[in-house]
Amino acid sequence: MAERAKTPTLEQYEAMVTIRAFETEAERQYKAAKIGGYCHLSSGQEATTVGTMAAMTPSDLLVTGYRCHGFALARGVPASEAMAELFGRRSGCAGGRGGSMHLLDPERGFYGGWGIVAGQLPVATGLALALTRRGREDAVLCELGDGAVNMGAWHESLNLAALWELPIVYLVVNNVYGMGTSVSRASAEPDLFKRAASYRMASERVDGDDIEAVFDATDRLLGAAREQRKPAVLEAMTYRYRGHSVADAGTAYRTKDEIAERRGRDPITRVRATLAERGAEEAELEGAEQRARDTVAAAVEFADADAEPALDRLAAGMYAPTSDLQFARMKPGSPYGEDELVYAAGLGA
Amino acid sequence: MNAGPSPVATEAPRTEEPDPAVAETVRLSYREALRMAMREELGRDERVFLMGEEVGVFNGSYKVSDGLLDEFGPDRIRDTPISEEGFVGAAVGAALLGERPIVEIMTLNFLLVAMDQVVNHAAKVGAMFGGKVRCPLVIRTPNGAGNQLTAQHSQSFDGWFAGTPGLKVVAPATPADAKGLLKAAIRDDDPVLLIENLSAYKEKGEVPTDPEYLVPLGLAAVAREGTDISLISHGFASVRALETAERLAAEGVSAEVVDLRSLRPLDVETVAASVRKTNHALLIEEGWPSFGVTAELAARIQHVCFDYLDAPIERVGMAEVPLPYAKNLENAALPNVDRILGAARSVLAGSRR
Repeated sequence: MAERAKTPTLEQYEAMVTIRAFETEAERQYKAAKIGGYCHLSSGQEATTVGTMAAMTPSDLLVTGYRCHGFALARGVPASEAMAELFGRRSGCAGGRGGSMHLLDPERGFYGGWGIVAGQLPVATGLALALTRRGREDAVLCELGDGAVNMGAWHESLNLAALWELPIVYLVVNNVYGMGTSVSRASAEPDLFKRAASYRMASERVDGDDIEAVFDATDRLLGAAREQRKPAVLEAMTYRYRGHSVADAGTAYRTKDEIAERRGRDPITRVRATLAERGAEEAELEGAEQRARDTVAAAVEFADADAEPALDRLAAGMYAPTSDLQFARMKPGSPYGEDELVYAAGLGA
Repeated sequence: MNAGPSPVATEAPRTEEPDPAVAETVRLSYREALRMAMREELGRDERVFLMGEEVGVFNGSYKVSDGLLDEFGPDRIRDTPISEEGFVGAAVGAALLGERPIVEIMTLNFLLVAMDQVVNHAAKVGAMFGGKVRCPLVIRTPNGAGNQLTAQHSQSFDGWFAGTPGLKVVAPATPADAKGLLKAAIRDDDPVLLIENLSAYKEKGEVPTDPEYLVPLGLAAVAREGTDISLISHGFASVRALETAERLAAEGVSAEVVDLRSLRPLDVETVAASVRKTNHALLIEEGWPSFGVTAELAARIQHVCFDYLDAPIERVGMAEVPLPYAKNLENAALPNVDRILGAARSVLAGSRR
């Protein structure tokens, strides 16, 4: 069991504030054209992110969908490496190859940031299978959004996990909208956690803006996954303040009043109040906030100064380094000069 | 490695065809050779396991895994529900952690429902994550048409997969290559699709018993030497090509058969050497030729053999219709020996030498 005495901790508060600052900064940098592609922000969901990550052990495994900045940071990916990845720079955690949706850090058990809705579920299920084959008493936490539960991959994954008794917790981050379509307009069973019953799988719903509740539920379900190989679904009810991605104003499908009402019960404010109530000094809280701002400012500075990936690394990592002999005889007639880029320079990490 | 002329290009290892004088061989069917490969690799490496529909208790839909459950148990020979997207994706995940899963898909047609996991997950792992993780996964599945299986069960999408950077695609035509390529695929650090063929399963040939017999990926085989025309093909089409070459020999035509064995990486060098020798190229595949493997080959050949061609390149594949049920219509649509023979004569007649 993870440490559960003092949730929320000052460190967890700092992690939440750091994520909020990171997301705010990411939006600013996107608008300054330093970040491209899709950029999905998680502002408002910090209690779910930090609460679940606090319940994981270092040897547990994490898989997420594309709204992954917060999970990456809470799992320990340095903000500088995450921001450099968003900037498409060579020191990014995926070498500038993945971008916003494909952060990862295998050394910290974080196996990606995947961009196809629900596509990460079978992959995460297979990681759990590998854990059992290796006799490890660890578990996988697989994050998904509320939109993913209407995909076939969700059903196939839950069935396999229950059938094979795999150590995995599927975390449904219910932020009310799958892009612009609300859960009530997308799911015939809007109590998403209840769907697990079809597979005789344990499931529950938790207030995703209550970090203590999130931590307790995750800790309990991950514990059952590790020790009894009982998979589970945890539905965390939360809200994203920003649009689906930075390109979405987030107002076509919901009212400003609704957003304002949710912002009025902000999870970070809640944690701050709880910590203050329990005796945290104002200076300690402000210190955490200052460190968060400093961390993100340093991350931007680092990313901005970092070099772009070298052009001769266009195909870096695509195939294992041992593949060069295999591709050697493919060069003649390669129409786009990929013989140099792919078959000569690009192979290998 | 720098970007200059690569010294390895001409030095890539050549496997010798099994020579009974030096290598001990045994006569096996294609399916038995695949089984031998899996049994050896399962015994050699704990990380290897097989999963798929009916691979265990049923002993394999096409009996490729016959007996393996008894030998290795249900954890190594794992039956799955009918759930291709789920278990192909699970194999991707297991591979990320360093396991070496072999996934059997009953036929290539059913891989379509797992396309997202193959193309948008397995193939992306290496590059998208900057080389930080690898996906050593093997998917084995038969393609092909015949036996009146009709439209939804008679397809060859080899070109779709071979056109996807990040994947490797191989297609053995002989029992020996079935063993050697499958073993090389299992030991490979990247996702490999091994395309088998329903009609090939019963074909017999000499197979080396050496447990270290590997056929390197990216290396074609000259299955029959000739001087007048190159028949270039892969998988079961190579079996048809060899039969065609035999028929051509009776007409006094010396046909060379190049069996690609590997589609990605593609051995363009061996193809080019053959076409430069015969000056005539006929390309054969089991699937639809348009936008297919033979289309890619034709593009490569015109690029590297432009001055060597004495006639336009011809292609034979499945007629471009969803395969019909009626036996006469099915026969008319398949790339059978008669159609290949006709195309070969037409290439030679079209010679503008």
